[in-house]
Amino acid sequence: MLHNYDNREDLVKFLEDKAIDIRKKIVQLVVTAGGGHIGGAMSMVEILVTMYYHILNIDPKDPQKADRDRFILSKGHGGVGICPVLGDCGYYDESLMDDFNQYMSPFGMHPDMRKVPGIDMSTGSLGHGLPISVGLALGARVRKQNWRTFCLLGDGECNEGTNWEAAMAAKHYKLGNLTAIVDRNKLMLDGPCNEIMEVEPFEDKWKAFGWQTKVIEGHDFNALIDAFENLPPVDSQQPLCVICNTVKGRGISFMENQTQWHYGGLDEASEKEALDDIEKMRKA
Amino acid sequence: MAGGLAYTTDDLDALTQAQIFGKVLTDVGREHPEVVSLTADLAKSTKVGEFFSAFPERSFNFGIMEQTMIGAAAGMALTGLKPYASTFGCFASMRACEQVRTDLCYPNLDVKIIGTHAGLSMGNGGTTHHATEDIGIFRTFANMTIMVPADGLETAKIIAASYDHHGPMYMRVGRGFEPPAYDSLDYDFEIGKAIEMRPGKDVTVIACGVCVLQAMEAAEDHAEKGGPDVRVINMHTVKPIDKEAIIKAAEETGYIITAEEHNVYGGLGSAVAEVLFDAGFGGKEIKVKRLGVPDVFSVIGYPEDLYAHYKFDQQGIYNAICEMLGIEAADDDWDDDE
Repeated sequence: MLHNYDNREDLVKFLEDKAIDIRKKIVQLVVTAGGGHIGGAMSMVEILVTMYYHILNIDPKDPQKADRDRFILSKGHGGVGICPVLGDCGYYDESLMDDFNQYMSPFGMHPDMRKVPGIDMSTGSLGHGLPISVGLALGARVRKQNWRTFCLLGDGECNEGTNWEAAMAAKHYKLGNLTAIVDRNKLMLDGPCNEIMEVEPFEDKWKAFGWQTKVIEGHDFNALIDAFENLPPVDSQQPLCVICNTVKGRGISFMENQTQWHYGGLDEASEKEALDDIEKMRKA
Repeated sequence: MAGGLAYTTDDLDALTQAQIFGKVLTDVGREHPEVVSLTADLAKSTKVGEFFSAFPERSFNFGIMEQTMIGAAAGMALTGLKPYASTFGCFASMRACEQVRTDLCYPNLDVKIIGTHAGLSMGNGGTTHHATEDIGIFRTFANMTIMVPADGLETAKIIAASYDHHGPMYMRVGRGFEPPAYDSLDYDFEIGKAIEMRPGKDVTVIACGVCVLQAMEAAEDHAEKGGPDVRVINMHTVKPIDKEAIIKAAEETGYIITAEEHNVYGGLGSAVAEVLFDAGFGGKEIKVKRLGVPDVFSVIGYPEDLYAHYKFDQQGIYNAICEMLGIEAADDDWDDDE
């Protein structure tokens, strides 16, 4: 964990403030980048903040630490969401993102593990992260190591059949060291998931594939902490899927639940409005 | 090189090419505990069964999920394991195409793919199971190395050499019943370095896979009949290709024929033509002919009948040499009624 809080109240306050900082950094990065997948970046902020600051066994000064937990951003278009988190954690100097998306920049829409410290696997094409995570979890078992693998999926991404191949394989190989997290923001590029390609009954699908499931509110730090502090033992025999109900564009009133904010850019006025909205999330 | 290879032609009498691959992989696995073997419901067909029996805790059968097998191989490689993933060449290159490109080649991960039953070796298994596009597909993936062994012994050489190779590699092998091109393992083998199987000054046949033996026999046939002096090059590494050997052959023999069990677009022939063009041979007195599957979906039949049908068997190569050099094909003795 990247904090020293030993009571829940202080921890939650720290994470909530961190989420506000990260949301503002995402807005500024979208401005720098000339556009980005801001809707899905905003929906996963609390998930990323909980994982990187509180749950994952990581060391930003030693990104390749052998026994670190692995975090695979299968919804790889979330580059504009995860890179500010990694920078804030101290994996790299945040000024390195000043040319985000620009010619020859190591930072772009979809993060590259060979260029961005802290990224455990290059992603971008949907439906790749969970099969890779199955391999990571199997690798840990073969090597008799006790780190965990976490894979963050989009709900629209779960249209891709490879997720269900991998779900079948994870159950078959009894990968209790693997946790899938779904950012269930219910929108995809072209519209609502239930209109474009229905994924319901979503939790039942994971159960039917032999996974344990939890459904939580994905913007509630207490719920996130409870879920991820109480994972099944790393040597247990059943993978877990944590479905996080979230809001696409969360924290910015004109973006929330709006399909058109899957990807977008911000002019000066909308940047200010977004930053003002985000600041209003701060609790006393 | 991993391990001491000790296979002989006696083994070839008893073992198919694919079985030798299975045995050598087991040898490599015995020496290196980080080697893991993956397959997609083809452990029996791809002959990785021996590895699976010897090292069950390092063996993973992904069922009929080629994409997930390759993705998982990438994940395993990230943990420091050395995965060897096997399936048919058609599925490795097409069903799992994007996983190979994005999960293995893009991050340059150390995963070896063994594509068996490649080319037309599935014969009457039909066009769905023929792989005549795989070299072309994989040749366009940066970081990829493509190996096409001439026979079972060379497959053994490649498996052994692959352990010390870093990065993704596609090893394209046949069904395992192909006749041997080599009679021993006693030759120097280096990834990326072509092998001159036979010297020659009049024309060069650059071949890979089963076509190496066919080219050798066509060359011998010409020699016996007092025909042209044919150089045969075994281009076992199609990528990165041995440019030097190609340019030398062009300079010294002037005529180049390529022969491969692949679509004439995208494979060895295309790679050779690219090298020659880039080297400035485009406007010079050099002739090139590509033998292979002429951009059609292949018909079915026994593999050897298909090689003849598409004219890259011994007779096809023999005739192509005659045609290129403008000479009459000599009568075959067995055709002679006298």
